[in-house]
Amino acid sequence: MLNFLKMLATPEFFYSIIRISAPILFATLAAVVVEKAGFANIGLEGLMMFAALSGSLVSYYAGSWFWGFLAALATGVIMSLVMGFFAFKLKTDIILVGIAVNMMGSGGTLFLCKVITNLTEGKAMASTTGLITRSLCIPDITIPLLNQIPFLGRVLSGHNLLTYLAFLFCLLTSLMLYKTPLGLNIRAVGENPDAAASVGVSVMKIRYTAMAFSGLMSGFGGAFMSMAYAQGWSLDMVSGRGFIALAAQAMGGGECLGGMLSALVFGFAQALGIKFSAIGLDSNLASPIPYAVTILGLVIFALVRSSRIRKQHSAAALAKGKAKAES
Amino acid sequence: MPDEKTSGPGEYVVQMKQITKIYANGAAANRGVDFNLRRGEIHALMGENGAGKSTLMKMLFGLEQPTSGEIFVNGEKLVLSSPSVAIAHGIGMVHQHFMLVPSLSVAENMVLGMVPHKSGIFIDKAKAVELTRAYSEKFNLHVDPEAKVMDIPVGMKQKVEILKALVRGARILIMDEPTAVLTTQETAELFVELKNLKKQGYTIVFISHKLNEIMEITDRLTIMRKGKSMGVYNTKDVTKEEISRLMVGRDVVLSLQKDKAVPGDTVLRVRHLEYINEWNKKMLNDISFDVRRGEILGIAGVEGNGQKELVDMLFNFNTPNAGSASVNGKSILGLPQQKIRELGVALVPEDRMLYGIASGASIEENVISDRSGEKRFNKGPLFNMKAIHAEADRLIKEYTVLCKSRSQQVGMLSGGNIQKVVVAREFSNHPILILADQPTRGIDVGATEFIRKKLVELSRSGIAVLLVSADLNEVMELSDSLIVMHNGSIAAYFEDTAGLTDEIMGEYMLGLKKQSAEEVRRVCHDQET
Repeated sequence: MLNFLKMLATPEFFYSIIRISAPILFATLAAVVVEKAGFANIGLEGLMMFAALSGSLVSYYAGSWFWGFLAALATGVIMSLVMGFFAFKLKTDIILVGIAVNMMGSGGTLFLCKVITNLTEGKAMASTTGLITRSLCIPDITIPLLNQIPFLGRVLSGHNLLTYLAFLFCLLTSLMLYKTPLGLNIRAVGENPDAAASVGVSVMKIRYTAMAFSGLMSGFGGAFMSMAYAQGWSLDMVSGRGFIALAAQAMGGGECLGGMLSALVFGFAQALGIKFSAIGLDSNLASPIPYAVTILGLVIFALVRSSRIRKQHSAAALAKGKAKAES
Repeated sequence: MPDEKTSGPGEYVVQMKQITKIYANGAAANRGVDFNLRRGEIHALMGENGAGKSTLMKMLFGLEQPTSGEIFVNGEKLVLSSPSVAIAHGIGMVHQHFMLVPSLSVAENMVLGMVPHKSGIFIDKAKAVELTRAYSEKFNLHVDPEAKVMDIPVGMKQKVEILKALVRGARILIMDEPTAVLTTQETAELFVELKNLKKQGYTIVFISHKLNEIMEITDRLTIMRKGKSMGVYNTKDVTKEEISRLMVGRDVVLSLQKDKAVPGDTVLRVRHLEYINEWNKKMLNDISFDVRRGEILGIAGVEGNGQKELVDMLFNFNTPNAGSASVNGKSILGLPQQKIRELGVALVPEDRMLYGIASGASIEENVISDRSGEKRFNKGPLFNMKAIHAEADRLIKEYTVLCKSRSQQVGMLSGGNIQKVVVAREFSNHPILILADQPTRGIDVGATEFIRKKLVELSRSGIAVLLVSADLNEVMELSDSLIVMHNGSIAAYFEDTAGLTDEIMGEYMLGLKKQSAEEVRRVCHDQET
């Protein structure tokens, strides 16, 4: 046991937590913003799959990771706007739209991959891992000075560009929600669309904006998966991160910072699962760990929240009683 | 008597001429209505529920478009295609259901849609607060700019709504039943504020049913009935009786005729009921009373003194901390609602939209919802539609529900007719005890009168009635005997309502006086406690 803990207390382990958390964090920010706008986008998983595929293919054809990266973002945004069109304009249930995108994200991406590679490479490939080389991946960044610090340097430096962007976006999203007129409008539309509409805020515009934001974040997440986390796209490579993000959003109390902490908790759980299989634990035992942690996390979150509400109530009652006694 | 001739057209800030509104389904909400506003007046728009007042005002605020007719604002003919157009022409509306975002601050709600910026992208919160404060002081409408809307009382929320309209440049304020949600003190405060606005040259449309308020605050009034205008009057030239006659087209019997009650055995027996809510406040404190066959026991009191909690306990929407309640000797506390109904208890709930009806279902489905399992409405595994149609038609006729057919959606009816559907179901399934919680709140005079008469009639036929009402007139007129609740306790019991005055009631309702325990105990007629 002690030996195992020693194995965990390495900079490599902490480094891997941050690395694994990054795509979850992108998707969590997407979930946070759409929830603030008053709806749920459960299609994050599918959006990330499409973004991952288009990113890897375009970077291969263009011979540059940058174009692949932009393609992934564009794929996320365009697909999310199409989702919005179905949900807001054609009034399809948004949950059903999300389910459809997730299902396409699994089977449809494989189909597309085979069709496209068959046209260009002459053979239908089931993944793009053979096409993507190290130079087509999004680069890692070594931070000068920080990398000199013992332990901490090895934890924080040398991450992928997108990993840093994920944490930067966490801050930016929070600023956007609470400090800008757009954020105010998003929160108002999410809470009382009638009130927002009555003062001339375009509810539709805000909903599409939030949807596009979720697509953009999924684009980042997808690009990370196929162009940083792994070299190339493969079937179902997002493996539930889009769903875990929905849990992280709820567990984080619907806020960016809380969502980030939750994403790190899930990242920890996944890193732990990987570590367990590395030391020879049956993978059937190790792989459920992240999901068990998800459930546990949600239960703890629910308990904490209900006790906090109870405390607030009794505090309010006390304050009320006091005010009465004084008056 | 209508005074239209006495004023020239120039002084009107708003003129609506020959407004007709016919909905896609063929229902006519307004037919050839003329409506005008003078600058700086408070103008009442009155009428029963469904008379078309809200529709008329929605058209003035750009929420709906008239089928035909013209609207002039400050002499200029306008097409008010959306609220933004109306706002741009100085028309503001304070909705009955507040258009506020609870988790945002007062200042943020104020500037929503017109947010002040700083350094290009960020919200200038200081400026929003400053703006709110400036308007709040200018119009003497006190609000706390930095408080969250969910934490402020209803009266302040309404002030925020008024300020929201003013900050957007409104010179004409449409107020949709503004006093419906306010306490007496808040209403008094609102009236001072409205008079103040009037002095500054603002024009106010005041939609209300409450005759006393209209007499107190308005200069002129327009009465609507069945989509038509019944004329414009100077408030000081008409009496309450005239208004009431114009609204419903006949003299409403404002004092009800009823025989003396002959109470029989105790039906509902409540003893030592106690309830502490989730904020640790004692909402019910040692409540004991009996309701007997053939009598109406009224519960009066300022709202929020435990009446709602009491009814919740009796119909098992909540569980008391101590005490007992029984109907004909059988305990009802904690019983499922269906079992309570099987014992012969009927409920006219306070919130009819939430507990009284399924608004998306038809009238027919609503009236048989408590008896759909009965043998006479079923044929094997299927409904006996013939019997159900007959039952629905009978109830619609007996309770004079104004509707197109029994299959019309209940939610599409006016408030008074919705309540008639509720009482048609509750009164007709052979109850032995009726719990009537605010049975006539917010509904028109005609339906109110009908329901009150029906309650008296049923009680005289031997049914026990517990009437909870915040309407002092109602509870004093209908009840045979009466208890007053204050602060979760019974403050007084009056065996006979004859000779009771508003002043006496007021003293007990406001807690200035309280009867002794012995006096209150008389409401437990068997005298064993």
